[in-house]
Amino acid sequence: MPDQERYKKSDPLAEAGTGEEEMPSAVESRTFDLGTMEGQSLIKAERLADHPEAPAADDRVVARSLWQDAWRDLRRNPIFIISGLLIIFLVVMALWPGLFTSTDPLKCDLSKSQQGAESGHPFGFDTQGCDVYSRTVHGARASITVGVCATAGAALTGTVLGGLAGFYGGWLDSVVSRIADIFFGIPILLGGLVFLSVIPSQSIWIVVAFIVVLGWPQLARIARGAVITAKQQDYVTAARALGAGNARLMLRHILPNAVAPIIVVATIALGTYISLEATLSFLGVGLKPPTVSWGIDISSAADTFRNAPHMLLYPAGALSLTVLAFIMLGDAVRDALDPKLR
Amino acid sequence: MGRYVLRRLLQMIPVFIGTTFLIFVMVHALGDPVNALFGDKAPDPAVAAQIRAQYNLNDPLWLQYVKYMGNLFRWDFGTTFSGQSVTSLLATAYPATLQLTAVAFTIEVVFGIGFGLISGLRRGGVADNSVLILTLVVISIPTFVTGYVLQYLIGVKWGIVPATAGDPLTLQSLLLPGIVLASVSLAYVARLTRTTVAENSKADYVRTATAKGLPRRRVVINHLLRNSLIPVVTFLGTDLGALMGGALVTERIFNIHGVGFYLYQGIVRQNSNTVVGFVTILVIVFLAANLLVDLLYAVLDPRIRYA
Amino acid sequence: MPVATRVRWAVIAATSVALVATGCSSSSSSSSGSNANGVVLAWWGDPQNPLEPVNTNEVNGGAVLNMIFTGLVSYDPKTSKASNAMADSITSTDQQNWTVKLKPGWKFSDGTTVTASSYVDAWNYGALVTNKQVNASFFQYVQGYNDVAPATGAPTAQTMSGLKVVDDNTFTVALSQKFSTWPQTLGYSAYYPVPKSFFTDHAAYLNKPIGNGPYEIQTWTKSQKMQLRPFTGYSGPNKPKNGGIDLKVYTDTNAAYADLQSGNLDLDNGIPNSALKTIQTDLNGRYINEPAGIIQTISFPLYQPQWSTPGAAMVRQGISMAIDRATITKVVFTNTRTPATDWTSPVLGESGGYKSGLCGSVCNYDPAKAKQLIQQGGGIPGGQLTISYNADGPHKEWVDAVCNSINNATGDTKSCVGRPVGTFADFRNQITTKQMTGAFRTGWQMDYPLIQDFLQPVYTTGASSNDSHYTSAQFDSLVSQANANPDQAAAVGQFQTAEKLLINDLPAIPLWYQNGTAGWSSRITNVALDPFSVPVYSEITVK
Repeated sequence: MPDQERYKKSDPLAEAGTGEEEMPSAVESRTFDLGTMEGQSLIKAERLADHPEAPAADDRVVARSLWQDAWRDLRRNPIFIISGLLIIFLVVMALWPGLFTSTDPLKCDLSKSQQGAESGHPFGFDTQGCDVYSRTVHGARASITVGVCATAGAALTGTVLGGLAGFYGGWLDSVVSRIADIFFGIPILLGGLVFLSVIPSQSIWIVVAFIVVLGWPQLARIARGAVITAKQQDYVTAARALGAGNARLMLRHILPNAVAPIIVVATIALGTYISLEATLSFLGVGLKPPTVSWGIDISSAADTFRNAPHMLLYPAGALSLTVLAFIMLGDAVRDALDPKLR
Repeated sequence: MGRYVLRRLLQMIPVFIGTTFLIFVMVHALGDPVNALFGDKAPDPAVAAQIRAQYNLNDPLWLQYVKYMGNLFRWDFGTTFSGQSVTSLLATAYPATLQLTAVAFTIEVVFGIGFGLISGLRRGGVADNSVLILTLVVISIPTFVTGYVLQYLIGVKWGIVPATAGDPLTLQSLLLPGIVLASVSLAYVARLTRTTVAENSKADYVRTATAKGLPRRRVVINHLLRNSLIPVVTFLGTDLGALMGGALVTERIFNIHGVGFYLYQGIVRQNSNTVVGFVTILVIVFLAANLLVDLLYAVLDPRIRYA
Repeated sequence: MPVATRVRWAVIAATSVALVATGCSSSSSSSSGSNANGVVLAWWGDPQNPLEPVNTNEVNGGAVLNMIFTGLVSYDPKTSKASNAMADSITSTDQQNWTVKLKPGWKFSDGTTVTASSYVDAWNYGALVTNKQVNASFFQYVQGYNDVAPATGAPTAQTMSGLKVVDDNTFTVALSQKFSTWPQTLGYSAYYPVPKSFFTDHAAYLNKPIGNGPYEIQTWTKSQKMQLRPFTGYSGPNKPKNGGIDLKVYTDTNAAYADLQSGNLDLDNGIPNSALKTIQTDLNGRYINEPAGIIQTISFPLYQPQWSTPGAAMVRQGISMAIDRATITKVVFTNTRTPATDWTSPVLGESGGYKSGLCGSVCNYDPAKAKQLIQQGGGIPGGQLTISYNADGPHKEWVDAVCNSINNATGDTKSCVGRPVGTFADFRNQITTKQMTGAFRTGWQMDYPLIQDFLQPVYTTGASSNDSHYTSAQFDSLVSQANANPDQAAAVGQFQTAEKLLINDLPAIPLWYQNGTAGWSSRITNVALDPFSVPVYSEITVK
């Protein structure tokens, strides 16, 4: 019964030591294999095909944690590998743009304004006559920094605060939820203007901090909702009955089960945060030159797309590719963390 | 339930005060609005002093706030620098934004959940991947770009729908701004629905229902979808307010004289009366939507009970 | 499944609410009102201040006032020459005490007669500090202004002692200093007359201003739309040639341009920069691009020690020579700007004081000389030049282009950067409170077509728009001599002598003269712009 074995390993409850919940769930996994083939994806099928030998190799010896399990799963997932490679590529580009281009993104010749591609300048020129290829390469750093750091910050703050609020309920829930409400009420432009005009620094960390401040309530709401749902599940009640402490309950039982919607929203948020940076630039309160970013370039290309579509195409394409990579990564991680999908 | 609602209503008071005060401080932090009234000329100091006195700008911030709140309870939202009462602005702006939000929200709910359901049921399939690509494009392109591009192509070049919404608003003219406004949220809703549907499609009750021989349609809608909606509803609830206040860019592009436009104007002209007045109403909408969401939890999931 | 049913109902309800909310209005929208009886539907921006003559200082409010009022003098839309409109004569023997005689029989659109006291009362109202009129300082040369608008404290008089009504059609004005071209300033909106109802029912007046001009306001839905119709009792020569003007407020210039292209707007004089490249083909040549009395400059904070040295003046000259005005005006502005070679505007004409090339080599692009001058002057103070601008206006593109031009000249990509300031209000605050440390954009739109207006308010010591806080005793004295000179040509010469001082001191670098632009639909013809870049609405004809 390989299915049952696998279930035992991955379900946190199995680790908590209850036997009673096993049976119906085991039935569940079996019917999954048999009954709902139509709901399966190719990826799932591949993974199932991989599995039969796995338990034989290294089962039962040590009860591996959910995270180890997930990692083992991820290594075999082509989606994860592709998106991972893509992200590594983007990160390398962000760290060492000089590897990809030797053209200075700030060296501009107005007489070439909005001209198309020519030799040495594969993506053409923008309105100022700067090299679009070089700017796209150099823009990666600011845009990816903003996207990743803002998402990490917002997701962390949101998950912790929203998770605690959902778990404990009562006054803590009220306080956190109401604080989130207050932040929801701030119009993004007003916040941006205040943040960026009161703090005269040109640093991109200001923009990151600003996005975190405005972004965490959304993730907190999602985390709270997910935790409330997860905490009502039978296995949590069971674990609690067995004397599991709050910390253990939260980290081992609730978090893994509540993390899926958070990852989904966070990976999408990553994309929107990068494009939010563009919107802030559009409204005149985002990153400032001489910083080069996709957002700045997209916002200045927005109303010239009729004359020079290439100005919009390349930075927007780079942004889309980045978002795609992170969404795919998020999907893969989410699937790997979800024992029910094994 | 009644007590829960009452408690939540009481909790709105500090949120209301907190938000309005925060906004007040923020508008104040932008600096003195009076100089801008004189355009490129330096203001006549005597006249500037008179205007500052009229808008209580010489008082300490807390006193300005107290005076403002005092007026608010007499339903006096103050006036703009152009001499219009903020209440009259509210009366023209909110109906416009409400109509736009209604269109956008409908698009978001119908297509977001629809796409999410399709791709969640057929994970990895062509439909799923198409939705992924579509949502991806929508997420990664800022609304002002989608706005301008769609406006030019659909409104100007092909002339399918009016290029701007104008006055009076029609369903037809709101379609384009509605799609633009809904686009980003639609992507969230679709991805979120896809995830929860995929997850729940393996759940006991779904298999039980399928095993009972219920028609697939019924299984999907009554069992699967209903149980998958909790995170989606959470998102939709918080998004309703965001749609209303976040239409700033969309309203500007499509010439809709709604909340976003007046907020933008108020912020740029640094008129705290306008900004705080509009945000006050927005906050009430947010809070009501959030309360509604929390109550909907109980409807969607009978296991959740409020004391 | 009752719960599921409930949910489904909620969705249906939400959908139908949306349909109802939007659907109701769709049925009642058949008439947009623009096609009726030769009415022109024109672009408009929301005026910033209430529509009172002395309280309007921007172009949107000004456009309406210009339609509903006719002042003592008016300016020719083509030549900018001032000529008497409602004034029969404005005379003085000493350039300081003036007698104004009105043409009799003019009416306000509420039927009351325009008299000398319509002017005197309006001016006294405008100057009185407690009325908080933003253009009150336009009366600063009238005797007694300091009593009605003291710098501090309450006014000691309600009216200015320099204004006296002689009879129904005559009043006298005593100025506090000699001002030979004063009559030519009187076409500005601050000097319009107001009817009695302005004082008796001010609130009603603000909802529907009443004037003595070619148009009257029929309806005004604030922040949305204003309908103007010809005033049948109008006595002036420029009677409207169309059935009226409907002004529509736009949130964004791009939105207006989209409407213009799709035929939902007749006249658009708020053309966005991005549209200029395609506008000729988009509109089949229905596009006008004419000089207006606007000059754009970059000013320097001369109140900062690092910018007040003689070396810094040399650096400023170098910066000026590093700016490739010709390419920027061509590429960024698609020829809607002309490289500036003096500190006035071509709309003044040679006889009015405009002198092409007055600035000399300092305004010519010469990157090699520029680099040399900057080095000689000790380099850019602080190592980097920042050019501040308000981000809520369309300035980023050209500021970046100017910086790139400077960077290319110095050979260092970091020697100049644009510095956006979030709002215009914040931007102006930083200027008026002397917080600027680097260069900043300044623009000057003339109030009336006189060389005096381009120099005195901007560059004399302590003047209201002297944003760089330039001070030169020689400049100040030349300006007052010119003001006192009754001979127009000689006065212009004195102004130009003063202007030449700016070449060396260079408190502000002239960039370019701004043109007015407008596009229109195929429904209307005969569109022209006046030197204030406002359409000449009354001349437009509808097909």
